[in-house]
Amino acid sequence: MSTNNKEIRIGFYICHCGTNIAGVVDVDKIREFIAKKDNVVVSRNYKYMCSDPGQELIQKDIQEHRLNRIVVASCSPLLHEKTFRNTLEKAGLNPFYLQMVNVREHVAWVHSDNEKATEKAKALCNAAINRVRYNKPLEKKRVPFHQDVLIIGGGIAGIHSALILASAGKKVYLVEKKPTIGGHMAMFDKTFPTLDCAACILTPKMSAIKENKNVVLWTNSEVIKVEGYVGNFKVTIKRNPRYVREDLCIGCGQCIESCSYKEAKYPDEFNLGLSKRKPIYIPFPQAIPNSAIIDDKTCIHFKMGKCKQMCLSACERNAIDFNQKEELREIQVGAIIVATGFKIYDPQKEPEYGYGVYPNVYTSLEVERLINASGPTAGEVILRDGTKPKSIGIIHCIGSRSEKANKWCSRVCCMYSLKLAYLLKKHTHAEIYNFYIDMRTPGKMYEEFYDRLLMERVHFIRGKVAEVTDISLVKEEEGKLILRVEDTLASVIRRIPVDMVVLSVGLEPSEDTQKLAHILNIGLSAEGFFQERHPKLAPVSTFSEGIFIAGCCQGPKDIPDTVAQAGASAAEAMAMIDAGYFEIEPITAHVLDEFCSGCKSCINICPYSAISYDESKKKVFVNETLCKGCGTCSATCPSGVMKQNLFEDDQILNEIEGLLVYE
Amino acid sequence: MSEQNWEPKIIAFFCNWCTYTAADLAGVSKLSYAPNVKIIRVMCSGRVDPQFVLYAFANGADGVLIGGCHPGDCHYSEGNYKTLRRISLLKKMLTQFGIEDDRMRLEWISGAEGEKVKTVINEMTENIRKLGPLNIPEKFITWDRELEKRNRGSEYKLRV
Repeated sequence: MSTNNKEIRIGFYICHCGTNIAGVVDVDKIREFIAKKDNVVVSRNYKYMCSDPGQELIQKDIQEHRLNRIVVASCSPLLHEKTFRNTLEKAGLNPFYLQMVNVREHVAWVHSDNEKATEKAKALCNAAINRVRYNKPLEKKRVPFHQDVLIIGGGIAGIHSALILASAGKKVYLVEKKPTIGGHMAMFDKTFPTLDCAACILTPKMSAIKENKNVVLWTNSEVIKVEGYVGNFKVTIKRNPRYVREDLCIGCGQCIESCSYKEAKYPDEFNLGLSKRKPIYIPFPQAIPNSAIIDDKTCIHFKMGKCKQMCLSACERNAIDFNQKEELREIQVGAIIVATGFKIYDPQKEPEYGYGVYPNVYTSLEVERLINASGPTAGEVILRDGTKPKSIGIIHCIGSRSEKANKWCSRVCCMYSLKLAYLLKKHTHAEIYNFYIDMRTPGKMYEEFYDRLLMERVHFIRGKVAEVTDISLVKEEEGKLILRVEDTLASVIRRIPVDMVVLSVGLEPSEDTQKLAHILNIGLSAEGFFQERHPKLAPVSTFSEGIFIAGCCQGPKDIPDTVAQAGASAAEAMAMIDAGYFEIEPITAHVLDEFCSGCKSCINICPYSAISYDESKKKVFVNETLCKGCGTCSATCPSGVMKQNLFEDDQILNEIEGLLVYE
Repeated sequence: MSEQNWEPKIIAFFCNWCTYTAADLAGVSKLSYAPNVKIIRVMCSGRVDPQFVLYAFANGADGVLIGGCHPGDCHYSEGNYKTLRRISLLKKMLTQFGIEDDRMRLEWISGAEGEKVKTVINEMTENIRKLGPLNIPEKFITWDRELEKRNRGSEYKLRV
């Protein structure tokens, strides 16, 4: 391991980060220790290295002292490596001559013993000095950026992102798994706290999707494969058959009328099974595309193979096509926005609430449909036996803030429970009881809405309901559902008989989140939602460049926050597209040609098929555009001649030695 | 360093996307853990060449920890599977050299598992504290001396 020591001039800088680092690590001691090392020309400590004066300090030193290697000991390289690389670049030095030491996240913030923390920081800094000698100048690669965008999920987030990008003239593929776009928002009756009708504000946007020439809408479709990289994704989409041609169908409903099933007998997904549909149906009146769909699991033609096919003859536009097959479509896009939303918590996991046992226990989403004028009861709130409830109990935090179920607060339940309390009172004039643990109403006009409800004679009982039961103890309880609860404000155990129970269920990652995370190669947070790149400063980015997340797939949130994230994702994608190119890290692998023995060990190990064998030379070569820089080939090469830029053996071995041997 | 104030020296190789991020998260969350583990960042746990592990032991490490993404979650699709294969073989070899099993550990830690970084580091530090110092560099000196005695005149050394 030799390097021309004479030429190397290292500048070392340790950051105080206010007191974040300097409060634990003895920065003066580190500075003095490093100053004595070979080739170190400048060794300094400074309050904030990332500040302008901090960066100027480095630039000035580079020029005055002819420094050609820089080590900055500060926070995580994941945070400020780009900052300091730019600093080097500004001073005319190749940015890859930088080595960072993480003495904040990995030292100062996790160790309280100052002496031991300083000792560890010393080792880390020593290792960086050792390593930086072997850093080489590298050139960033620019790859052209494909102009089209894929949006996965056609809820309010996907719709909003699509419309923004389309209005900027970008071609958008909007892919939705269900037969219609609209997502959960289309199922809601009113939205809090303004009480404007969800359909009234959503459906114009849904129509705009259909009208917009820049949007290619594929419903009933799923993303099954994503290859390539930022700016150049190759995506395979499976389009499931609808058996009705969207381009011909005008949604007149003649086919549904004439279906061999005279009565609708299958649970209607859109109304959560509270009403029935036929095998051929339109999900809801304002569905986009407003086209019928045949469910091949219930249609007689598909089940038995013999049906009079009345729908076929009823359709004047010949839109019905029993021969449609699933199709695979391949598209090229530059960026991907994931907006796959959420699923509601299944309250059957907690049998004490009686969901699925007592017919008059509903989830909040079912109640949204019951209140809705286009819902199963045309907006009339009636129980399963047709009677109107005279008393209703709304139980908050079902599946949320619980050690048994999900630990997180689902953020929207308090507010939608208040909204449902208001709407149920309007519709039924029943006595309404809200059972809450804490009332959480942060948001514009949210607390005011809670205040209003307090005035509207809705009862609020602070306490987690222990049980919903139909076992009555007194005459007044007979035939009712009794909620047993500790009223923690009055310190009494109460039994409250009601006719109807509403379970305010929490939000969970939607079904295919994990599968999609694998397809897209993006991470999941501990709760199973998609992981953002930084919780505060990169809330819609992921660890895969060019892939963004918006809405509830990132974590529970209300409609305003979802729309804000959707806008942010669109803007972030636009910024990349309009640059026209993307700079990728030059951390790719290359072979030292003369020493390659042609053993081909590396070829099979490469997950991207970036390595090929040259028959004429009897050696391998790396396609640098395909290589993503994992370095696995480098670890495999028995001759040690497969090199990964910035992670070469010399660099890592010297780092190891630097951590262990010093003083 | 004398036996009494000996502290385990552990070198860790953490992948950029999961475990290094988790260690950053542990920092941001101010989780306190043993200062004995020093982390080297690699893009993928698949980059960890067995010679890195051997080199660490040869230079005085008492333990080596490798952290990668959970199986199926690798940023480079399958780098961590390759690590698993390599490290399993290396473990067999190390035990034959008399280096105890607990001195090398492979862990899957996702970017969200800051807490696990803390637990694994603390556990490993304690396990190695129980095993005591490995001290390969000193052993090299002794072995070289013995070799020298045996083959006087020969240039051969265990460690170059």
